[in-house]
Amino acid sequence: MMTDDVTIPIDVGPVETAQERRTPAPEQREVVFDVQDLGVTYGSATAISGVNLAIYGNVITAFIGPSGCGKSTFIRCLNRMNDLVAGARVQGALLYHGQNIYGDGVDPVEVRRRIGMVFQRPNPFPKSIYDNVAWGPRVLGMKKGLDERVEKALTRAALWDEVKDRLKKSALSLSGGQQQRLCIARAIAIEPDVVLLDEPASALDPIATAAIEELMHDLKDQYTIVIVTHNMQQAARVADMTAFFSLQVGDGKRTGVLVEYDKTDKLFTNPADKRTEDYVTGRFG
Amino acid sequence: MAAATPTVSLKPSGGLRRRQIVNKIMELIGWLAALSAVAILFVVIISVAVRAWPALSWDFLTKPPALFGQPGGGISSAIVGSAIIVAIGTAIALPLGVLIGIYLTEFAPRFIAQPVQLVLDILNGLPTIITGIFVYGLLVIGHGQSAYAGAFALSIVMLPLVARAAQETLLLVPSVLREGTLALGVSRWRSVTGVILPTTFGGILTGAVLAVARAAGETAPLLFTCSIFNPAVSTDVTKALPNIPVLIFTYSEQPDKALHEQAWGAALVLMLFVLVSSLLAKALLARSRRKLGR
Repeated sequence: MMTDDVTIPIDVGPVETAQERRTPAPEQREVVFDVQDLGVTYGSATAISGVNLAIYGNVITAFIGPSGCGKSTFIRCLNRMNDLVAGARVQGALLYHGQNIYGDGVDPVEVRRRIGMVFQRPNPFPKSIYDNVAWGPRVLGMKKGLDERVEKALTRAALWDEVKDRLKKSALSLSGGQQQRLCIARAIAIEPDVVLLDEPASALDPIATAAIEELMHDLKDQYTIVIVTHNMQQAARVADMTAFFSLQVGDGKRTGVLVEYDKTDKLFTNPADKRTEDYVTGRFG
Repeated sequence: MAAATPTVSLKPSGGLRRRQIVNKIMELIGWLAALSAVAILFVVIISVAVRAWPALSWDFLTKPPALFGQPGGGISSAIVGSAIIVAIGTAIALPLGVLIGIYLTEFAPRFIAQPVQLVLDILNGLPTIITGIFVYGLLVIGHGQSAYAGAFALSIVMLPLVARAAQETLLLVPSVLREGTLALGVSRWRSVTGVILPTTFGGILTGAVLAVARAAGETAPLLFTCSIFNPAVSTDVTKALPNIPVLIFTYSEQPDKALHEQAWGAALVLMLFVLVSSLLAKALLARSRRKLGR
C-alpha cells in the first residue's frame, strides 16, 4: 500500500485521472464550517493551535500531514468527539452554518446528530447487519419506512447487493471493507448534513480502499465530506480541497499547525509553502 | 558441507549449572503449591460426598423434614426457602449493582468513580456476620425474623460482587464502539441501553451467577435474620423460611446421627450448586468474550 514515506520525487499521476472535481468559485461557496483560531490542548500539551479555515458544502475536503500533526484531533473537533477525551480543551470558535458548536447552550448530541463520523477501524455494533443501520434511526424516532431507509442507506454505501440476502446475519461476519461500508451506511442512515471520515481506509486492503474512495465521490452531491488521510495519493484522488497540517517544533514542544489550505490540484502541483512542497514531494513525513 | 570444529562450548558450566538447579527446585515448589489448591478442592468434595452418601435419596430432595422423632424426611423446604431468599436478594442486588457499574464506567468522573470503587471493595470485604447483625438491628428487632430480612442481608453481600463484575465487563467494551454510538447523535443512556449493555450481557450474567452462588452459601447473615423457622414447606416471605446453610448448621449440632447425615447431604447439595454455577459462569464469560471479539 502507498504510504507517505515514499522517497520518489513528486507523484501527481492520480491527480490527472481524478474524477470530476468541484472547486467552486469563492462567491458560490457555501461555508459549512468556519474555523476561527482553533486550538486544542490535552492537559498541558498543545495538540493544535491557531487553525483558521473554511470548509465548503458538497465538496470533499481532505486533511493530510505527518503522524502526530493533529489532523485527527482537528476532525474530532468538528463534531465534538473530543468531548469524550478526558482533559481535552478547545479554544477559539468553530462556526457550523454560523453557529459556534462550542458556544453556550449547544448540545453535543445534537451536533453529532447532524455531523456524522466514520472511524479509522470499522466498528460495527455486535448486532445484525440490518440492526446496525436501523439502530440510529430507531433511537432518533425515524421509525417510519425503516426498511426502505435501511435499503437506501446500504445502497448508497454500495453494500446492498452484497448483503441483501443476509440482513439478519451478524455484522461481524462481514469483511473489513464491508464493515467499513456498513459504518458509512450507518452514518448516512440518519441523514446527517456532514460526514467526517477519520482515516477510513487505513485498516483496509487496496481493493476495499478503492471502493470507499469511489463511494465518497457518489456521496458528495448530498453530503459535505471531510476526510483525514495518512495517504497523500488518496487525498489527491478524492479531495476537492486539501489542507496540509504539520508539526511546529519550538522550545521542546511540538504543536500541530495548518500550513496550507487550497484546491487539491493547486496544493499538490504548485504549493505556496516550502513545507507543503517538501511533504508532497516526499522529502519528509 | 563439512561441519567446522566448534571453537566455543555452549554447554552449561560453573555458576550456570547451580542456577539451573535452583531454578528447577523453585519450579517444583511452585508446582506443589498449585497442586495443593487442586487437592484441597478434591478432598473437600470427596469427603463431603462420602459422608453425604447414606442420606441421599429422591425423598431427601423432595420431602420436607420428618416430624420430631420420626425417621426419614428431606430438605425440600430448605431448598425452596433458600431459592426464595436468594431470588429476592438477587432481585434487589442485580439491578442496583448493574446501575452502579454503568454509572462508574459510563458517567462518573474519575474523582467520583475511584472512591465509589474503593467503597465497593470494602463492602465486599465486610465480614458477613456484621451484615447480619446490621440487618438484625434494622429489620428484625420489633418485627421478628423473616425471609425478606434474610434476602436483604444477602443482597448486601451480593451488591459489590455484581457492581464490580458489571464494571469490569463494561470496561472490556472497546471505546471505538462507544464512539460509534455517540457519533450517531444519540444520548449516553441510549448508547448504553442499546449497544453497550447488550454487548456485555454475558459478562454481567456471569457476575450475577457468581454472586448467587456466593449468597446461596452465606450463613452468618441468615443466622440473625432467618434462622427460627417452621420446617414445613412455605412461601410466606414475611416469616422466616427454612434454608440450607442454617439447616446444615442446626442439624450438625443435634445429638442425632440421622440428622448429621442429612446435614452432610445438604452440604453436598449446596456444594454441587456452587460448583455448577461457577462452571456455568465460566462458560458464559467465554461466550461473551467471543462476542466482543477478544
